[in-house]
Amino acid sequence: MTDNGKPKKFQEKMELNVALFMLTLAIAVSIGGLVTVVPLFYLNSTWEDRATTPDGKPKNPELSSVRPYSALELAGRDIYIREGCYTCHSQMIRPFRDEKERYGHYSLAVESKYDHPFQWGSKRTGPDLARVGGKYSDQWHEAHLLDPKSVVPESVMPRYPWFAKATLDPNCVVSSMKGMKMLGVPYTDEDISKAPAMVQGKTEMSAIIAYLQVLGTMVKFEEGKDYRD
Amino acid sequence: MATVYLVVGALVGVYIAAELAWPALNFDIPYLTFGRLRPLHTNAVIFAFGGCTLFATSYYIVQRTCYTRLWSDKLAWITFWGWNAVIVSAVVTLPLGITSGKEYAELEWPLDILIAVVWLSYMFNFVMTVASRKVSHIYVANWFFMAMQVMITYLHVVNSLAIPVGLFKSYSIFAGPQDAMVQWWYGHNAVGFFLTAGFLGIMYYFVPKQAGRPIFSYRLSVIHFWTLIFGYVWIGGHHLQYTALPDWSGSLGAAISLAMIIPSWGGAVNGMLTLSGAWDKLRTDYTLRFLIVSLAFYAMSTFEGPLMSIRTVNALSHYTDWTVGHVHSGALGWVAMVSMGAIYHLVPRLWNTELYSTKLVNTHFWMTTISIVFYISAMWVSGIMQGLMWRAYDEQGTLMYSFAESVAAMHPYYALRWFGGTLFLLGTIVMLFNVLMTVTRARTAPALAHASA
Repeated sequence: MTDNGKPKKFQEKMELNVALFMLTLAIAVSIGGLVTVVPLFYLNSTWEDRATTPDGKPKNPELSSVRPYSALELAGRDIYIREGCYTCHSQMIRPFRDEKERYGHYSLAVESKYDHPFQWGSKRTGPDLARVGGKYSDQWHEAHLLDPKSVVPESVMPRYPWFAKATLDPNCVVSSMKGMKMLGVPYTDEDISKAPAMVQGKTEMSAIIAYLQVLGTMVKFEEGKDYRD
Repeated sequence: MATVYLVVGALVGVYIAAELAWPALNFDIPYLTFGRLRPLHTNAVIFAFGGCTLFATSYYIVQRTCYTRLWSDKLAWITFWGWNAVIVSAVVTLPLGITSGKEYAELEWPLDILIAVVWLSYMFNFVMTVASRKVSHIYVANWFFMAMQVMITYLHVVNSLAIPVGLFKSYSIFAGPQDAMVQWWYGHNAVGFFLTAGFLGIMYYFVPKQAGRPIFSYRLSVIHFWTLIFGYVWIGGHHLQYTALPDWSGSLGAAISLAMIIPSWGGAVNGMLTLSGAWDKLRTDYTLRFLIVSLAFYAMSTFEGPLMSIRTVNALSHYTDWTVGHVHSGALGWVAMVSMGAIYHLVPRLWNTELYSTKLVNTHFWMTTISIVFYISAMWVSGIMQGLMWRAYDEQGTLMYSFAESVAAMHPYYALRWFGGTLFLLGTIVMLFNVLMTVTRARTAPALAHASA
């Protein structure tokens, strides 16, 4: 923009021609998205399980243990989304010393590879849940969900008594799994046909607890290893 | 309707703020829980209030600045009813737990389709109106509206891409880190284009009109317009600092966020300096007070935001109430206040009358400004406190506070924030009263009766 004539000419062309203006806008605003979003789809650095050693072997074979959610866990995840749990709880541990002590190993991208949609969250009104799996007993979770204050007196979390009364709908779980399969989550036909039996008669409470108990447990991390930059 | 939705949206906000301070207000009722009402609040204030304000003002501005009528009245009415149908559907579906689980894009797929139809109709009508203008050059306000329309189309389509697994349920086609990046490309640009570019368009018409003076600098408007709409798109990564995204993503987001201070302040400066030589008008013109103070908050928020996108700062601020404070300084200070200025300017003209009470405009102004100060101060203190408590170590080298202790420490600030929000809500009720009294007492005139309220 050094010369007085140039910006005026371009700008004038825009202001005189709405179609040209719209086209230029469409191009101008698409660039940022292309640069920031598209590379994540072809760069191997997006997924830690694609990293290789200098001689071409997978660097982090232990990450292959990340698996799709079971039928019960998936039903629980749907409840988590329905209730908007992500508005108060994050699921993304950052590589800081205090977070490691409080929550565990920092989260890897590959751990949420089957999460359609992702639930990393953006607020911690309540604690991060990325590795809550296995930290508390099922009974603790049940007591906490029915009445958070009974186990955490300072809590501001609402009570969820309806979890214990509502039962799961096997048809819903089957459509969910089929949908996920369409999106590339590796469910087998066997997984899907066994699903109704797995959730028949179970309550929403058992589903959400199953989901919470699996969070962050799928990978056995090697101590001191650098999984990310 | 914008005035009505402002009250509704603020009311839901005040309620959920109260739930955080006094959780008994969840009443064990699924439809009232914080997790289900929060998206209702965000959708109500952004899309119901913000959306109606944008539709109303842009339809008005495009006609005034192009010296021609809307290309199609019928299409405009379709957008009015369509948009309100979306809003009513949101009020029903969100408390029922029908949600996609993606922030600011929670409405499920049938509503996404309706939104797309309304939005494309709006954009088409707007562009055709501009195309049939009686003046040669397109006025600056319309550049901003057009940029917003184009970008929102992209954002809505891409971020809503999902596979339906039921009539009201779907799963995002993206997962994990890719979904995260798409989500925050969307989320940040919803702010950048819907809430910033669109409202800058509003500012560029109502400030010079209310002040009776031309915009300070044409050249500045050209430069800051292009840099703003180009640069804003790159910074979604600043929502994901230190998360499981590659490093370059966060670095890029932070660097460009800082660069964005310049085009943002360009807009603030251009609006404010329009008052050069006429600052005394602020003593008596209360509508102008809203418009100018909104620009001050805009400048403040567009400085705070880039500051928070710096990794070192973000390490403390992410996940805390500071983010909430930042959002509301922009949402209440900039978006709401410039809208209020616009509405106070617009309503008397649309009904060919005078405002019922200018004194109440001033009352509203002070209520709003003070309420915002309460809100953001409470959130600054609580947010920074949270961040510090979470990372505090004692002399033995162990974590000093349990998470629960940090929650307990938040209570007074949650109460204070609720108070600020309530004062803001009361202000919006004053405004609704003033607008309704103005409209019902007006002598009807044929002149501009077509523009939607």
